[in-house]
Amino acid sequence: MSLLSINGLQAGYGPRRVLQGVDLTIGDGQILVVLGANGAGKTTLLRAISGTIPRAGTITFDGKRIDQLSARKVVAAGIAHVPQGRGTFADLTVDENIRLGAYLRNAADAKRNRERWLTFFPRLRERLAQQAGSLSGGEQQMLAITRALMLQPRLLLLDEPSLGLAPIITRGLVDVLAAIRKETAMTMLIVEQNANLALAIADDGMVLESGNVVLRDTAANLVGNDEVRRIYLGYE
Amino acid sequence: MNVVIKPRPPLAARVIFAAVLAVLFLYVIPFAIPNYLVSQLATVLVFAIAIIGINLVTGYGGAITLGHAAFVALGSYTTAILVVSYGWNPYATIPVAAGLSWLAGWCLGFPALRLQGLYLAMGTLVLSITVPALLKRFDGFTGGVQGLNVGNPESPVKWLDDSQWIYFVCLAVAAILYFVAARILSGPLRRAMVTARDNHLVAAVLGVDRAPLATATFAMSSLYAGVAGSLYAMIVGFVSPDTFNVMLSLSLFVGAVVGGITSIGGAIVGAMFIQFVPTWASDIDVSLGGLVFGVALIVTLVILPSGIGGLVGRLYDRACVRLGWTEAAQDERDERQTAGSIQNEPA
Repeated sequence: MSLLSINGLQAGYGPRRVLQGVDLTIGDGQILVVLGANGAGKTTLLRAISGTIPRAGTITFDGKRIDQLSARKVVAAGIAHVPQGRGTFADLTVDENIRLGAYLRNAADAKRNRERWLTFFPRLRERLAQQAGSLSGGEQQMLAITRALMLQPRLLLLDEPSLGLAPIITRGLVDVLAAIRKETAMTMLIVEQNANLALAIADDGMVLESGNVVLRDTAANLVGNDEVRRIYLGYE
Repeated sequence: MNVVIKPRPPLAARVIFAAVLAVLFLYVIPFAIPNYLVSQLATVLVFAIAIIGINLVTGYGGAITLGHAAFVALGSYTTAILVVSYGWNPYATIPVAAGLSWLAGWCLGFPALRLQGLYLAMGTLVLSITVPALLKRFDGFTGGVQGLNVGNPESPVKWLDDSQWIYFVCLAVAAILYFVAARILSGPLRRAMVTARDNHLVAAVLGVDRAPLATATFAMSSLYAGVAGSLYAMIVGFVSPDTFNVMLSLSLFVGAVVGGITSIGGAIVGAMFIQFVPTWASDIDVSLGGLVFGVALIVTLVILPSGIGGLVGRLYDRACVRLGWTEAAQDERDERQTAGSIQNEPA
């Protein structure tokens, strides 16, 4: 049974159409990695799902149509989006940033959830009272993810979580995502240029090119695919 | 390096601080300084109320407004007309002024906040320019250029003279509105406002709906201006259109910046600045008044972007650290990565 299914999704910015009719499904508990060059429409795909840009086509989430819903209602339905560039708030403390994620959830649950998610990110617990601006890039990414998890989402959209991070930090982050998936069976849609790492924890992968899905296969097959290896995995 | 966010002085220190504030506001200002200064300090409180409104809409809402005087005028004229034409008790007009300016702020905020940055500043500036002209045009209602003579409310307490009495009225209202603002700016609403102000995309994906939040903020800010206007009419005892000109809007904005645009405690400092500094400056030279404003604005923006309130806040934090009055103090370990380790280009 698929948690998210998308048919003929078109979206863009103003007159410029980026997604040309994307079809995809993600099974409940699956991790799907989206690969693609700059400008292929990966970020646009996530934004279209979360309702932060105008879109056409059908998006069904957990059996319900969400393509007509406002961003707020998509969030409330259980889709959390960690945007590219993290978007943590430097002026707020780490704790305040985390609680922001529970804006649509009740406060009593929020406290318990915070404890739960902080077990995955012990470094953040040490830094709860600090201003988020004082965190390192890797910690800010962890903060952005924790904030998104505070929604208790069914589906987590991650946009380039490794952007600007050292390889070792990225590896740590991917390990945490794997641990979260193992414990919660959370469904994830990850856009990532570091395809090697992302495919290592993914079930499936797909390749976007100029707003179209050109390839969809299991992660294992994609790692073995010559063209994918050459273009996205950096093998000659 | 210590990064400490929660300074927490011991109870004794907090009690002493509160006592000093209480003596200052409840005894020194009303009873121990010359009488003419008391009503000026009542005006300071009124400006502080209006400036808290700017803190809300500009500091936390992120919208630059140069139309605050229009809502002050609405509050002032509400009180004046109800007192003069309908014989209302002046104090009973305060909630009416508050309600009307809230409503006006809500109605205008709805379209106004679709304008971004500079365009909103221009739009609200037009509001400031239009209001005195409108007040003069509808002279049957507003008294036109002649204004309306509200009169100062008399003190009902025999050991307080009229200016002491109105000072206490202003103090009570200012204190209530200060705590309301402090309450709004704590907890989830403050976080939502900062989110909506700083990052539209993140606000959207966290479920913060910007439009209603921005409209409510604008309405709340107008309420503060309206209440300030209502009290102002009582202190001065007279309202006329040209009191509420563009200069008042600009003064209040300068006061908010000097006091600290996100510091509601700094509002009182900003209010003292706009009440006293131009007068002192014009005592030295008539043309100095306007110049001082401009220079103060630029100096604050360059040297103290968080204003005097922000500076005091930082000094307070530092003093608390020095004295060990902190909660959850943590050492920041130097684990930052170098920016050179970027492996992917931004999409």
